[in-house]
Amino acid sequence: MLGFTERDLTALWLSLRLALSTSCVLLVLATPLSLWLARSRSRWVVVVESLVALPLVLPPSVLGFYLLVAMGPQGALGKLVASLGGAPLAFSFTGILLGSLVYSLPFAVQPLQGAFQAQPARLLEVAATLRASPLSTFWRVTVPLARRGFLSAVVLSFAHTLGEFGVVLMIGGSIPGRTETASIAIFRQVETLDYAGAQRLSLTLVGLCFTLLLVTYRLQRATARVSVLP
Amino acid sequence: MTLDARFLLEQGSFTLDVDLTLPAGCTGIVGASGSGKTSLLRCIAGLVRAQVGKLHVNGEVWQDERTFLPTQRRRLGYVFQEPSLFPHLSVRENLNFGLSRVPVGERKLSYADAVSLLGIEPLLTRRPDQLSGGERQRVAIARALLTSPQLLLMDEPLASLDLASRAQILPYFEAVQRALSIPVLYVTHAPFELARLASHVVLLQAGRLLASGALNDVITRPDLPLSHLEDAGAVLSAQVVEQNDAYHLTLLRVGSSTLSIARRQLRIGESTKLHVRARDVSLTLERPSGTSISNVLPAQVLGIFAERDPAHRLVQLQVEGSVLLARITHFSLDQLRLTPGLHVFAQVKSVALVE
Repeated sequence: MLGFTERDLTALWLSLRLALSTSCVLLVLATPLSLWLARSRSRWVVVVESLVALPLVLPPSVLGFYLLVAMGPQGALGKLVASLGGAPLAFSFTGILLGSLVYSLPFAVQPLQGAFQAQPARLLEVAATLRASPLSTFWRVTVPLARRGFLSAVVLSFAHTLGEFGVVLMIGGSIPGRTETASIAIFRQVETLDYAGAQRLSLTLVGLCFTLLLVTYRLQRATARVSVLP
Repeated sequence: MTLDARFLLEQGSFTLDVDLTLPAGCTGIVGASGSGKTSLLRCIAGLVRAQVGKLHVNGEVWQDERTFLPTQRRRLGYVFQEPSLFPHLSVRENLNFGLSRVPVGERKLSYADAVSLLGIEPLLTRRPDQLSGGERQRVAIARALLTSPQLLLMDEPLASLDLASRAQILPYFEAVQRALSIPVLYVTHAPFELARLASHVVLLQAGRLLASGALNDVITRPDLPLSHLEDAGAVLSAQVVEQNDAYHLTLLRVGSSTLSIARRQLRIGESTKLHVRARDVSLTLERPSGTSISNVLPAQVLGIFAERDPAHRLVQLQVEGSVLLARITHFSLDQLRLTPGLHVFAQVKSVALVE
């Protein structure tokens, strides 16, 4: 199909699965974390904020190295998984998913935190005076008002995971069908001088990411017309 | 219906320390900026938790040593200074936000009644950003009323509006007060709003209760700052006795005296309130004749007090069973040799109807 080899398609499918899983898990994890960062007045906010942003500046190899050590048989994560009777994390899909979660965390947290901070605190008080419980206020006020933030968080963490290379290489190696994502397949193709193959996959990724961003920015513009200001 | 409150709230360098009992009707809460008016409302609403707090509303405990009802379980309505509608919801959805959370059996005001009370029928399908400031505040009031509150808290609801919108919205407040016999706590800076809406006044200063009492008693007390404001005055109760068509006047009875104002659409027998500003009252020793001022009331001097401006004196008068204020010059005071107990006549240059 379009000149893709079976191995190309497997790699692309793995990349999409990884990116989708990362986005979904991050949506669940990053929402409460961002809410806390946006609303808490604790001294620890800046510390956690810095930790969350760390993957933005660290070389992926450093991140991958520590994750690999942690997932190894002597590492904290590795021991925990072993004691629960799970399969080793390193060089597995679960392993690279964990890596992606850490690596893409700031791309989910930052847009959400920004969206939550932009909401007037007054609206939460108004909701309480209108008998809404904090949970109901979250679903009826906080989430709808942060919809642009949610859209950005999902798309950016998806696209960023799609383009991930270093971390996956460090903790996943490049096992076809298990940890060889599209970006790693391109690297392998270039190393083996398969430039046509690299071209096919690279162009696919460029097209995919561009379309994704185009649709997102289009949607953002549409929702921006409903202002969040009082 | 009563409200019993005792709060001790420490926030940085500010301390709110009040203990008050309020009657039914509208209580105006006044005081300088930073005197704790908003903090008091926020304590009552449970939006902040006072270190020491006791709050009984209608015999129901909202807060004491062991109890702290969260805001959403207190049956109150809160109208904030800036009309805080949910921007992602239409007017109708904003109204339903609170209404849908009140069990049908507890609803005292129907959706249709709230909408017509505040005149917002034409706005229901619009979004908040398509409304004017005054329209938004009317929607915010309707939204608060639809939760069938036992207590309505209003924090300077007109402050964010221009003068024209304020004048438009005031009659709606009066309609609300008449329609729902619930206590209203109304924070304001404006003496006119106070005179028009409140029957009871709470005066705060630096987080403490300076005075609490019936409207005219508090605003005419010479030892309190309210009587020394530029617009200071008294509020008198009056009854419409005659509509004079020849001169386009409305005659009002205050005690045994009659005052006339430019004709207003009022029914004979209707009760109303008059705001008489201290600077519009002059004094004579004998009943005046040959003057264009026709509103004259017999009065007795109760006391004479210094004003901020050394050229002026504030004279507190007993008029028809209530207290009236007159601001006259120190010079006139000495010319007339006014002393407490003296019988005089108060000439009222202008009278504002406040209802």
